[in-house]
Amino acid sequence: MAAQDLSHQEALFEFLLRQGDNALVLGHRLSEWCGMGPVLEEDIALANTALDLIGQTRLWLSLAGEVEGRGRGENELAYLRDAYDFRNALLLEVPNENFGRTILREFFFDAFQLPWLTALTESRHERVAEIAAKSAKEAAYHLERSAETVIALGDGTEESHRIMAEALEYLWPYTGELMLDDAVDQAMVEDAVAPLPSSIRPAWDQNVDACLAEALLSRPDSDFAHRGGRAGLRHTEHLGHMLAQMQVLQRSHPGATW
Amino acid sequence: MVEAETITEAQIWGWLEDVPDPEIPVISVVDLGVIRGVELSDGGAVITITPTYSGCPAMSIISLDIELALAKRGLEKVSFKTKLAPAWTTDWLSAKGRARLEDYGIAPPQPAGGPERCPHCKSTAVEKVSQFGSTACKAQWRCGDCLEPFDYFKCI
Repeated sequence: MAAQDLSHQEALFEFLLRQGDNALVLGHRLSEWCGMGPVLEEDIALANTALDLIGQTRLWLSLAGEVEGRGRGENELAYLRDAYDFRNALLLEVPNENFGRTILREFFFDAFQLPWLTALTESRHERVAEIAAKSAKEAAYHLERSAETVIALGDGTEESHRIMAEALEYLWPYTGELMLDDAVDQAMVEDAVAPLPSSIRPAWDQNVDACLAEALLSRPDSDFAHRGGRAGLRHTEHLGHMLAQMQVLQRSHPGATW
Repeated sequence: MVEAETITEAQIWGWLEDVPDPEIPVISVVDLGVIRGVELSDGGAVITITPTYSGCPAMSIISLDIELALAKRGLEKVSFKTKLAPAWTTDWLSAKGRARLEDYGIAPPQPAGGPERCPHCKSTAVEKVSQFGSTACKAQWRCGDCLEPFDYFKCI
């Protein structure tokens, strides 16, 4: 179905999936560090951040399930959809690779998410505004830490600087998708649910430029953006592998509970 | 044990004062500020709870503990409502709760963003080890004088 043919309810469902899937996919990626962090404090920090994101996922996907009205809840949406039904930005699904890339990716997301969630607290959709207000507090905390850590590593040793520069080059083309608008976003503006993602660009640029400068990293010139994740057109090959691990329990033992 | 019909909301608040936080047992769920309402209806009670952090795993244990505590007092019909707005803030920690946290070795939250002093020796020479700690609500700090590490209850 072309995006412009979406009913308002379908557009809202798509919008909510995007919010939930962003938090879910990044939350899962961060949780992959659990027990493997470079130092104990970072291990704990990554797991805690993952926990916040998974908590936010539950709020978004529960609401998405209600809006869809087909009896799917947070669990069905998280564990029983295939890669092509996910609506997360591609940035969040690429592999962690190393601690530097993981933390830079989180920073790029946090730098978007804090102004985005803050804007969503003005949503005319009461539940969206409530979830955003709750999540924004956590995002502020995440941004403080990820920015600090990017600076510490960029302006660190020769080796940490090199790893961060490589991570920046790899991740940069994935950042633009966070702020690309499409028909779903237009529908959300019409219904006063959310502003256009592109309206977050100045705040993101400000967050990112300030941090990269302090981290002694130069912002790449190109504004080429890989796209398709949010819109559900295409994902990288990495998402399927991630889901294979994340969903295996529910796929092998449907309905299993603790 | 009391008759369910004669129970008052004030009584339930009092009983909730005896339900400890599962992670920090020196403070009650009321001290923590997560109980946002108690309402009697149809011979049962509806307890409104707000989560501390979106992903805090203690929230389901808190509901279970409340259910058990109220059942012990003769109130069998308990249901829960989750309320997100206004979002939980550490401003809702009671004064009693803050004092108990410090006695227990956890520095209470401060608007300035860091602990006022070491909960052990009261020195103000403290430094941050990590913004995150053993639970979603805590960060790790250490004291430069007594050299003890300690938890700081994050201010949000």
